[in-house]
Order: sequence, then structure tokens, then C-alpha cells
Amino acid sequence: MNKDIAGHTVDVNEEGYLTNMSQWNEQIAAAIAAEEGVGPLAATHMKVISYLREQQAAGAALTIRSMGRSGVVTTKELYDLFPGGPLKKASKIAGIAKPVGCI
Amino acid sequence: MNTPENKHPVKKMSIIVSRGSLDGIYPALIMANGARMEGIEASLFFTFFGLNGLAKSTMDHMKVATVGNPALNMAMPMLGMPMTFPFPSLMGALPGMSAFATGLMNKEMERLDIPPVREFLELISDSGGKIYACKLAMDMFKLKREDLWDRVDGVLTVGQFYEESAGEGTHILFT
Repeated sequence: MNKDIAGHTVDVNEEGYLTNMSQWNEQIAAAIAAEEGVGPLAATHMKVISYLREQQAAGAALTIRSMGRSGVVTTKELYDLFPGGPLKKASKIAGIAKPVGCI
Repeated sequence: MNTPENKHPVKKMSIIVSRGSLDGIYPALIMANGARMEGIEASLFFTFFGLNGLAKSTMDHMKVATVGNPALNMAMPMLGMPMTFPFPSLMGALPGMSAFATGLMNKEMERLDIPPVREFLELISDSGGKIYACKLAMDMFKLKREDLWDRVDGVLTVGQFYEESAGEGTHILFT
């Protein structure tokens, strides 16, 4: 279905995750971040977001374990940057699908 | 999916770990980490044989039982055989069988990006989960604080465990 985020019309699923990652831009990220209760997006947030988008484009499965070992960010930092559900929120803000998995 | 408030979302999981085998400890670790990933608070309380997974000298060597485990047929697909293929109980007592089954399980878990026990506890602790040991069990098994993994957040009595678990939306889980 369509949703208007930050003045752009994007395709989202019922949970609000972008179904087409190429429709994403930084204003959309900022708007979703505000919705999710994540503060203004700093450089560290954007580093994580770029990494997530790269991984998604490469078809890699995203796990909290691989995020912590990625070298981009530590697990502690990840939980500080995206409080209340790091993978869930970071992926939504990054305009990619919610990772399905138990780790 | 965000649980609407009127559905009383889970706010905290207080998980007791009483078993010291590989298959006994992993469900608790997955549940605790899974809770943190959903923004739910989590505490792990290791008691009885669960302390096997917290003691420095044993936490890297946890095993699967191959004796008295009637559901071992479930591991058959890992060897390319159907799940209905029975595992003969007596074979489980042969030297090396437990090590073989443990190795097989560990390999499968690594393939699914599930970390070994020590790394998993670090992950849970870094995610803000709390890790406690049971005082009574420690006394019983003659363990001292120094014998435990250094990032244990405390040694608690059962009363302290209940205090720590207090709160609306807290669920206590015994594994």
C-alpha cells in the first residue's frame, strides 16, 4: 500500500516497512526515525543505515550477531542508537525489510 | 508488529536456567536475546546445573546428552537421514557419541549464526540483559564468584530474584 512520508509517496507493508528500498531517501529516514522514537539521525546512525542497505542489496541475512561483529558498530552502540529494538527500528529507518530470524 | 497497549505487551522476561546441557541452556539464551531485540527487558537466573553454563571452566564445553534422550531422532536430518530414523539408545553410551552429537549441534548452530555460549552471553549482556547466579546453587556446588564468568551481574537469593522480577508485564520463565 502507499504511504506519504516526508512528502514522498512510498510503498510500504502493513507494518510500515518500505517494500521497495530504492524509494528511500534521507528525509524519509528522518521521518521514520521520528515516528520510531529514535532521536535526530547522527553520522553514526547513518553509518549503520548505509551498512544495512549494502547488506540487504547483497542479499545477506541480517542478525544482531553479525551486526555486532561487522566492525561498523558494537552491540552496545546499536542498542543506544536505536533504543527499543535495534534491528527492527534500524531496518525500518533504512528502508529495508524487517529481518526475520531469531538472532 | 507493535502490540497495542490493551493487549498488555510483555515488558520484561525473567528467565530461570536450571539445566546444564547444550539443549538445556540455548532456549533460555535465545529467549533472552530475542526479548532484548524486541525492546523487552531480560534477566537470566542460572541455578542448579545451569551454573555449568556460567562457570569459566565449563561454559565453553557444554554438551548434548546422547543417553536417555529419546528424541535424538530429531538430529537425524543433520546427517541426511529422515527424522523418523531411530537413534539406538545403547549407541548413545559409546565413547565419543556425546562429543559427536555436540559437534554436530554446534556446527548447525554456527551455520544459523547462533553464537557459542560465552559469545551469546556477551551479546545478551551488551544488549542490556542481566545475568545472575543463584546463591544456593553456588553454595551447593561449592562455587565461588571468581569461578564464574566475569560479567555476571550478581549472585542472588531466591527472594532477591523475585524482587528483581517485580513489575507489571514481567513474565517469569522456568527452563
